[in-house]
This record gives sequence, C-alpha cells and structure tokens, in this order.
Amino acid sequence: MRDIIRMIVVLGVMAAVSGVVLAGVKSGTAEQIEYQQLKFVKGPAIKMILEGCSNDPLVDRFKIKDGEVERGFYVGVFDGKANAVAYETFGKGFGGDVGIMVGVNIEADELLGIGVTTHSETPGLGSRAKDDPSFGAQFKGLSITKPFKVKPDGGQVDAVSGATITSRGVCQGITDSSAFYSKLKPQIIEQAKAFAK
Amino acid sequence: MAKTIVQEFTKGLWEEIPPFRLVLGLCPVLAVTKTVANGVGMGVAATFVLVCSNILVSMLRKSIPSQVRVPCFIIIIATFVVVVELVMQAVAYPLFLQLGIFIPLIVVNCIILGRAEAFASKNPLPASIADGLGIGVGFTIALGALAGIREAFGAGTISVPFSDTVIQLFGPSFQPFTFMVEAPGAFVCLGLVLALMNLAGK
Repeated sequence: MRDIIRMIVVLGVMAAVSGVVLAGVKSGTAEQIEYQQLKFVKGPAIKMILEGCSNDPLVDRFKIKDGEVERGFYVGVFDGKANAVAYETFGKGFGGDVGIMVGVNIEADELLGIGVTTHSETPGLGSRAKDDPSFGAQFKGLSITKPFKVKPDGGQVDAVSGATITSRGVCQGITDSSAFYSKLKPQIIEQAKAFAK
Repeated sequence: MAKTIVQEFTKGLWEEIPPFRLVLGLCPVLAVTKTVANGVGMGVAATFVLVCSNILVSMLRKSIPSQVRVPCFIIIIATFVVVVELVMQAVAYPLFLQLGIFIPLIVVNCIILGRAEAFASKNPLPASIADGLGIGVGFTIALGALAGIREAFGAGTISVPFSDTVIQLFGPSFQPFTFMVEAPGAFVCLGLVLALMNLAGK
C-alpha cells in the first residue's frame, strides 16, 4: 500500500512541476513566436501583395475587434498615403481551411492581390494556389464588393487546374471577407491614417 | 569498471557514438540529414534534451520508485522536448519549419530514454552529465557528418548551421545526385558509413 501511495505522489508531483514549467515557458515565448510566425508564414504573402510600399507592413499593423473575433490589418504606404491594407481570411479548401492574405486599396475598394498563407491542400494540385503566381495575379484590380466565383460556377476566376475545390474555397474566403471589410471600413480608414508618412 | 568523467564523455564520441556504434535513434538520423544545418540543429536539440534529462534522472534516481520509472523518465524528457520546441519556434523559426514533426518525436528517441534507463538512473550526477554530453555531441557529429555527405553529393552545397550561409562546393555545371537526399540514399549512405567505421575499428 505504501508503495502505491509513493508511486502516485512521485508521478503526481513530477507531472505538476512539469505543467508549471511548461506554462511558464509557453507564456514567456508566446509573443516572440507570434512575431516569428508573422514574419515567416504571413510575411512573404504580405510583402508580395503590398509590393513597392515604402513602409514595413509587418511593423505597421493594427487590430480591430469585430464582435467576438479580433482581426489584424497590415498597412501599406504608397506615395506617402496609407491607402492599402492587407488582412487574412479563411476559405474552406479540400484538406481543411485555407488562409488567404487579401490586399485591398481602401480608396478604390479594389484588390491589390491575394496570397495563400497556410493550407493543407494536396501537394502539386491544391498547393499550386499558393505556389503558382498566375492564380493569385488574376484577382488584381477586381472590385472587392462583388462576389468572387470560379468559372465553372459562372464566375470570373480561372480555377487552378485539378484543384477546383481549393480555388472555390479561396474565392469563398475572399467573398466572405468583403462583408467584414465593408462593415469595418470606417474604422480601417481611421486607423490606417496614423501610418501615413 | 569504474571510468573517469573524461572517459564517460569520450566514449560517446567514438566507442559508443549513437547512430553508428549503438545503431540507435535512426529515425531522425535518416529523416533530417538532408542538409547540414538541419542535421546539426536536430543534434543540438537532442543534446540539450539528453543532458537535461540525464541531470534530472540522475538527481531523482533514489526517489523514483522502480515500478514507475519509465513514466517518470517520459515526463522529464517530454517536458524538455516541449521547452526545446517552444524556444526553437521563438528563436529559429525556419529551422523549426524544416524539422517539423521530428522535434516532438525526440520524446520517443531511444537514445535519450536509453541513456536515462541504462546510465543516468544508476550513476551519480557528474558521470551522468558527462555521459549525456558525450553521447549528445557524438549524435550531433554523426548527424552532421552524414548530412554533409548527403548534401554535398545530393545538392552540391554545404549549409552552415545557425546561419543563412550556403557554400557552393562545385561549379555551375554540377549535376546533383538527387538520390542521396532521398530516403533510400539515407539508408545507403548510413550503411556505407557503418562499413567504413567497422573497417577503421578493426
């Protein structure tokens, strides 16, 4: 009996100490990890979309509360005016959620470009939505206010061949995002002003 | 039988160098040695976990009941692995993306559990630290060497660990021998290194 109690106590104490240590390390590194993910996962997409801006969008960012969720916006400064923002939205792909970074010109409500950030699509098929620049390029200049659809659904976007579901998910994600974009637009313009140089 | 601290350390470098002599921990050895930077990164992460777990296991060896020693070792090892995973995400994110699943898999790396069970749970603290360091450094050297061979032939480059520098070994007309960086190449390469070490050991 004493043996059993000893085992339980030793294992219990070790697990508890381990939990405390890990919680400490986790909260200690959380901020740094967030920045690293921003830099290496979202960073390339943001840089591509806001190409040619005179600031660093990864530094010039703000968050707006939209009901329960908090949405991050990255500001691009062109010709001294903070007239572009990029934000992330999600669409349903073939293998799960597809993260899409969307760049919008807030003066003209036009897409500057899109880029896929995270996905779990089939390599070589759905993954081309991220790797093939010609897919993202066709969104450039389209109006954010109109719904996006792939051509088989009667829309304007050429789907990646062999990956209609992924392409449809990307379109759906951008279409969904136009709803919160329009809703938050006054706040976005207000906040973005601060970054103009 | 009694060895000095120095002997405990140096045995990990040749006599008991993990992947080649003990033929343990082959999963990461085969999987992450595509580039030198990945191999050495993995080796350093495993060394940290190994030394820390050896220290704790050795210190606690008298208070851990022998019936539950393996769960206790696993708690200690898993804790340090998660610490490594978080710290690596915070300071070396590209390396973390490259190594991916193989970082959490250090928990089940048999070298680490093997040293805890076979050595640290029976030996005093200084010897356990020396043993952990020696085996860890040996593991890192082994990974680095194997990765060096594979990367040099398979890609014609050597990537310097902990920096973005990549050295081009051959001229622009080099045709990469891609077999070497694929999984079968890892087995062939490991086999050849094992054979060479057996030859040299005779």
